[in-house]
Amino acid sequence: MPSMMRRLLQSRGLAQIIALLVILAIDRAVSPQFFDLRMQDGRLFGSLIDVLNRGAPVALLALGMVLVIATRGIDLSVGAVMAIAGAIAASLADAYGLPLALAAALGAGLLCGLWNGFLVAVLGIQPIVATLILMVAGRGVAQLITEGRIVTFTAPDLVWLGNGAVLGVPTPVVVVLGMLVVTGAVVRGSALGLLIEATGGNARASELAGIRTRGMILAVYVWCGLCAALAGVIAAADIMGADANNAGLWLELDAILAVVIGGTSLFGGRFSPVLAMVGALIIQAMNTGILLSGYPPEFNLLVKAAVVLIVLLLQSPRFASAGAVLWRAQQ
Amino acid sequence: MNAASDPGPALLEVRGLSKSFGTLRALQEVDFTLRAGQIHALLGENGAGKSTLIKAVTGVFPRDAGIVRLSGSEVALGSAKAAVDAGIATVYQEVNLLLNLSVAQNLYLGRQPTRFGLVREAEMRRNATALLAEFDLHIDVAEPLGTYSIAVQHITAIARAVDQSARVLILDEPTASLDRHEVEILFAVMRKLATRGIGVVFVTHFLDQVYEICDRITVLRNGRLIGERKTAELPRIELIRMMLGRELAETTSERAAAQVRTAGELCARFEGYGKAGYVAPFDLALRRGEVVGLAGLLGSGRTETARLVFGDERADSGSAAVDGKPVRLQSPRDAIAHGFGYCPEERKTEGIIADLTVRENIVLALQAKRGLAKPLSRSEQDEIAMRFIRLLDIRPPEPERPIGLLSGGNQQKVVLARWLATAPRVLVLDEPTRGIDVGAHAEIIRLIRELCDDGLALLVISCELDEIVTYSDRVIVLRDRAHVDELEGEAIDISNILAAIAASSTIGAEVGQA
Repeated sequence: MPSMMRRLLQSRGLAQIIALLVILAIDRAVSPQFFDLRMQDGRLFGSLIDVLNRGAPVALLALGMVLVIATRGIDLSVGAVMAIAGAIAASLADAYGLPLALAAALGAGLLCGLWNGFLVAVLGIQPIVATLILMVAGRGVAQLITEGRIVTFTAPDLVWLGNGAVLGVPTPVVVVLGMLVVTGAVVRGSALGLLIEATGGNARASELAGIRTRGMILAVYVWCGLCAALAGVIAAADIMGADANNAGLWLELDAILAVVIGGTSLFGGRFSPVLAMVGALIIQAMNTGILLSGYPPEFNLLVKAAVVLIVLLLQSPRFASAGAVLWRAQQ
Repeated sequence: MNAASDPGPALLEVRGLSKSFGTLRALQEVDFTLRAGQIHALLGENGAGKSTLIKAVTGVFPRDAGIVRLSGSEVALGSAKAAVDAGIATVYQEVNLLLNLSVAQNLYLGRQPTRFGLVREAEMRRNATALLAEFDLHIDVAEPLGTYSIAVQHITAIARAVDQSARVLILDEPTASLDRHEVEILFAVMRKLATRGIGVVFVTHFLDQVYEICDRITVLRNGRLIGERKTAELPRIELIRMMLGRELAETTSERAAAQVRTAGELCARFEGYGKAGYVAPFDLALRRGEVVGLAGLLGSGRTETARLVFGDERADSGSAAVDGKPVRLQSPRDAIAHGFGYCPEERKTEGIIADLTVRENIVLALQAKRGLAKPLSRSEQDEIAMRFIRLLDIRPPEPERPIGLLSGGNQQKVVLARWLATAPRVLVLDEPTRGIDVGAHAEIIRLIRELCDDGLALLVISCELDEIVTYSDRVIVLRDRAHVDELEGEAIDISNILAAIAASSTIGAEVGQA
């Protein structure tokens, strides 16, 4: 019995799934209609859909962040990149249309990623410091683009990106699913996943084994910049405007949290994009639950801290073996 | 030799000290005696047990067995602090001081002179100036320590230790990053301390310095005490034999078996290959089915040669050719593309990727060589992993086990498998048997012979001369970062290698400039 219990506790992803189910159950307890779904104007509505929809920006950030963290890096600039991309998309959408606005926004994200990757991979600056530069400067750049105002737009196709639906599913959720499939296909369909995990696990040994470790690191920061830009466009589309001061503010921390809750170690190596998504959902399910419960949002931060602690405890091998010992003692 | 070589009272006595890490016996019943006023060299190659001995004596590691006596009375030394309190001070190669604080603050950190709870800066500086003057060091003690040379930093560390009433001073490779003039200053300090009755343990791999300053020499090899001698009575060749050799009779018989091979066609050739300040230009030919051994002391340029050959360091002179065609080896990737492989000496930091599985570690180099777009399918990976697990008898035979959980010998086999999977033509093995228990040791040596019979060209580095003699078809001897001699066929035996290593350094300088 104890060995089965231990194996269960240690199986990958179980802790995260349990945590998500527990939080959803609590959400259901504080808000009885939590699981209710209804169709209106060709789009699904309900608290559950809200969790997915509201969680989309953090989920996108986490998709990029999980690869960066797998190389033993971190990207603090994703919130600022969201603000830049949102500002660009909002400023261009009405005059030039969605394709060009989207391309410009994503192009900016790509450049931001290249900059971070250059600092980390080529100049060898510590990731936390290197990306701090853009975290601070990026918000300034976004404010320059919007000239300090909140830029609004009405271009319907950009609005659709934030508020529309595909077969009843909100567009942001579809975008996240699409990006998850693309990320999964790229890292697991090619050798990229293995080479990233090797680079994060031991960069020096990987270099000697013939892996282009610098190229790997550059690539993950570029991918992270792209994901952040997409998240920025969706966040702007959602509110039909770009607020350079508040768009994506502190979301880099939620993204890092989502990745860590998803079981990817900050020391690099093994990573899981799917579990990072689960991590993002856990965070959003908590946020939504607290809003529904009527408690002041300030509680959110405390509850979040408690949940993080619990999930990390569940992941800890030492805690799992202690649990197994307790289990045996009870028998 | 200085006058203090007549035996003073025993200051530090170590008896029967043993220490194991897992199955690896790092120290086996080692004795060591340091007398007051003595400068005593502690010598041995990497992995001989010098650091382990120092760490066991200074309380960094607990010891499995053995006693330590200080001035005749047994001491427990349960922690590093206990050792310092008892009067044993250690200064490491990397100075453990705070470079941003002033010299005076470093000297008196944690024991500053105070009045009413405030540090008396002026008094501290006066004391510091006086203390350093005893060592003929006249500097502004208010300046940050980091603004001074490494030699001054070392002397500051020594002064701090001695001022804390140290009776035994252990200097772990203090001269590794010093220039000639700085070494002289440090030696003057050491001699002065010896005349004050302090016992100095000097760890180094510069044999010239040993003969210049030490009264006695203790040699360790493979965690055992090989001997303790008076420096004046120990010829250099005998010292090197103590550090590297084993009993000669044991190895000559083994040599015959390796002899029968005939070298195949030329595989890779390096001419005038070198890098300024790293390794003097050398010529090196690697042939199929041939083992070339690199022999020399620690720091003689063995690993440096391997890194140049593998493209990990870029040569700034000479040319390389593979199968007769000139090639540029600018990076490990270049070398791998031309069929090279390299098992580094530092297996844990440069070889294995501890979190990844045995399977992933094995396929890594092959996958990197094929490129991103051509992933090995899972079934191909499983097939390759199982093939090499069987071929090299990797235990436990579980491809999905993280490699970090395997023993050292099995980790080494996995790294070897990683390169064999790329079907290399040239394999460079840097200390392939380091830190491996006896059984796996013999197996690795057998593997080296088999690989060679299969037509691989091998370049093998080892500090164990009997090992080199056993499997090498040619032996290149290095000294002072230059290739100084090459032995072939009948000429390969331990005494010839020792003679080449010990030959006067002027020959080394000539060859180095050639």
